Amino acid sequence: MSYSEKLIDHYENPRNIGTLDKNSEDVGTGLVGAPACGDVMKLQIKVGADGLIEDAKFKTFGCGSAIASSSLVTEWVKGKTIDEAETIKNTDIAKHLALPPVKIHCSVLAEDAIKAAIADYRAKSAKKDDITDTRSDSGHEHAHPND
Amino acid sequence: MSAAYAYLDHNATSPLRPVALDAMVEALRAGGNPSSVHRAGRAARARIDRARRQVADLVGALPAEVVFTSGGTEANNMALRGAGRRRVLVSAVEHESVLKAVPEAARIAVDGDGVVDLAALERMLAEGPALVSVMFANNETGVIQPIAEIVRLARAAGALIHCDAVQAAGKVAVDLHGLGLDYLSLSAHKLGGPPGIGALVVRADAPFATDRAGGGQESNRRAGTENVGGIAGLGAAAEASRSGLDGVAGMRDRLEASLPGRVFGAGAARPPNTTCLSMPGVKAETQVMALDLGGVAVSAGSACSSGKVSRSAVLAAMGIDPAEAATAIRISCGWNTVFEDIERLIAAWQGLYIRVTQSDISQRAA
Amino acid sequence: MIFTSGATESNNLAIRGVAEFYKDRKNHVVTTMTEHKCVLDTCRHLEQSGFEVTYLPVQKNGLVDLEVLRNAITDRTVVVSIMAVNNEIGVIQPLEEIGKICREKKTFFHTDAAQAAGKIPLDVEKMNIDLMSISGHKIYGPKGIGALYVRRKPRVRLVPLIVGGGQERGFRSGTLPTPLCVGLGEAAEICAKEMDGEAKRLKKLQERMLKGLNDKLSDIVVNGDLEQRIPGNLNISFAYVEGESLMMGIKGLSVSSGSACTSASLEPSYVLRALGVEEDMAHTSLRIGLGRFTTEQEVDTAVDELVRHVNKLRAMSPLWEMAQEGIDIKSIEWAAH
Repeated sequence: MSYSEKLIDHYENPRNIGTLDKNSEDVGTGLVGAPACGDVMKLQIKVGADGLIEDAKFKTFGCGSAIASSSLVTEWVKGKTIDEAETIKNTDIAKHLALPPVKIHCSVLAEDAIKAAIADYRAKSAKKDDITDTRSDSGHEHAHPND
Repeated sequence: MSAAYAYLDHNATSPLRPVALDAMVEALRAGGNPSSVHRAGRAARARIDRARRQVADLVGALPAEVVFTSGGTEANNMALRGAGRRRVLVSAVEHESVLKAVPEAARIAVDGDGVVDLAALERMLAEGPALVSVMFANNETGVIQPIAEIVRLARAAGALIHCDAVQAAGKVAVDLHGLGLDYLSLSAHKLGGPPGIGALVVRADAPFATDRAGGGQESNRRAGTENVGGIAGLGAAAEASRSGLDGVAGMRDRLEASLPGRVFGAGAARPPNTTCLSMPGVKAETQVMALDLGGVAVSAGSACSSGKVSRSAVLAAMGIDPAEAATAIRISCGWNTVFEDIERLIAAWQGLYIRVTQSDISQRAA
Repeated sequence: MIFTSGATESNNLAIRGVAEFYKDRKNHVVTTMTEHKCVLDTCRHLEQSGFEVTYLPVQKNGLVDLEVLRNAITDRTVVVSIMAVNNEIGVIQPLEEIGKICREKKTFFHTDAAQAAGKIPLDVEKMNIDLMSISGHKIYGPKGIGALYVRRKPRVRLVPLIVGGGQERGFRSGTLPTPLCVGLGEAAEICAKEMDGEAKRLKKLQERMLKGLNDKLSDIVVNGDLEQRIPGNLNISFAYVEGESLMMGIKGLSVSSGSACTSASLEPSYVLRALGVEEDMAHTSLRIGLGRFTTEQEVDTAVDELVRHVNKLRAMSPLWEMAQEGIDIKSIEWAAH
């Protein structure tokens, strides 16, 4: 198996390794894969007030292709709206990194990871919106997420 | 080869070509298991890929159709057992590795020159689906079979067709797809590659089941760590032998014109390198020993059953009288044969013949 | 001694050859779950043609349980095939005891000694071995050559796999590859001469490597028995780091994840699974082979490289992060994909 230069670059110099505060309201976290399958990806996005993804971080347990795929998507999603980020396809990742056929599942996992992070972010903001709505409708101030 | 010793037994084994030796030494020094994913493994894999292309180019096949084996014998065994046809038809002059692979196979008769009787084949094919195995060129006489015609008959009858091209590849043009063959065997050490390596070429859409269990190498068609050195040597020899052996045709013609013995299969097409020749009244073993002392290596029949000399089944199938067959030697030239070798043979042969015929010694055949 | 094209062919010939020859009287084969693929595959072929095969489990240390073996053999058992040394984890099976049981139970004993010959003393008489497979390129000889020992007294009979000119007493036809035979012979002679000294030297290197790794890394596990093991092998799980990514990093080192035959596939090693190693740990294992050309300097470099990359990969491993936070990764419901 031989790997493309882009893939090796992402493996050797992974971009955006790290962790964002998963409890923060503007952070969406996706955790996909399973240790028994040999791949786990954690991908996080931080969405700014303007609706653009201002930061993305990842941590991956998996082969070089899995690491490169997740590193690549953190680069791609930054500066995008979550709707735009959602359109990233595994085939684009596979093509960009020239993944060998046996490694296509790594790109699928990366797409799953970004979708899961977006879903988590949306779930959080929906909750927040609900609360905000309730607040303005009722005029009461006691409503709190933790109540 | 230096004229101090003329090696004229290329059909037994051909000396290693220097390019093949170089390729082997390079591969052996580098090492690496081609299934490993690290760089040593990948480098070994790359050598195998290259050799696969070189072998494919020699016989008009695609690289993916080439399965490396430990030699011609294994390739023949694999083809006959792997095609999955219960009914097998083989010519009466096949190599033992074909005859013994399926002992119950029906034998196709040959004519006096050792050429397959096409009418007989057609009748046998009419009896039901079969695998036909006919060699390209005979190891003892060199006689070339009408493969294109045999393929046409086999195809018309829905049969699969295997060709043992061990003695033909690198000597005459062999084209798997051009001929429409399903399976083709070749051996490295018959064309200037090393012993211990060969190939079975399996046409991409031909049925094939392996009976060799193991690590799934050769796309699950032949398990076992690839013999990288041997494969590299085979590849280099295959490439070097693409130019064929036309250069030696003149030598063979010269020796056949110079010696009075009978040439078996003379009426048929032969590759430019093989002569099966009798010396009337002199046993083949006697000739082999005397010629060896005279600095010429030839053989009595095929070299397989090394040491033990038994009656040639090939000559018997051609209807040659056993007493005459016992006087036949095989002279086979190759990539490094020079005219001096032929002159040495002619002199040694004539010297022996004169001694024997003039002294009426007891070495005469019965 | 019969020359073959390698250990795969030797194993095929030994097991299939003996099973086919005696099939009128016997129809059962005993082997283990951790054999080389070519033995397991041969056994599967035999099952398809009507034989029964018992695949013995192994203990957590990789060794076969002799009582389990004894109970598995019946009067229909034609051959017991147990490898001398495992190719992935290097553990040495108790050959002498196995041979004794086989002799008592009147069944043939075949051992795949591809990874053992030249590394540990082998004695077909003392160990009651009836059939033994050897590989050329595993003892520093060439690829494409191997051998099969076939006992003459009491005589073991085989149906040949490859027929033709009748070379090798009819057991194996085909022109003998003289240069390869010579290479195997020389390699065998050198191995025999240098085995003791070499084993001591490798043992030191093995200990040096293991100590180096243990000193600088936590959460590493050696798979397979450490005592009953050839000194040239280490099979280590580096928890929370996927093996293939580690291999990709340590570019100056040639090691493998799983055995070479299957390392292009993505399934975790069946050998480690048979030892009871959890799948997640099996994904983190590397096989490290030390040999006659390995130097102390190389071992030290390897340790440095491994430590550096394991640390780097752990820093980007979500599993390592969880472990540091005290989260049990087994408590998480992982989605299958």
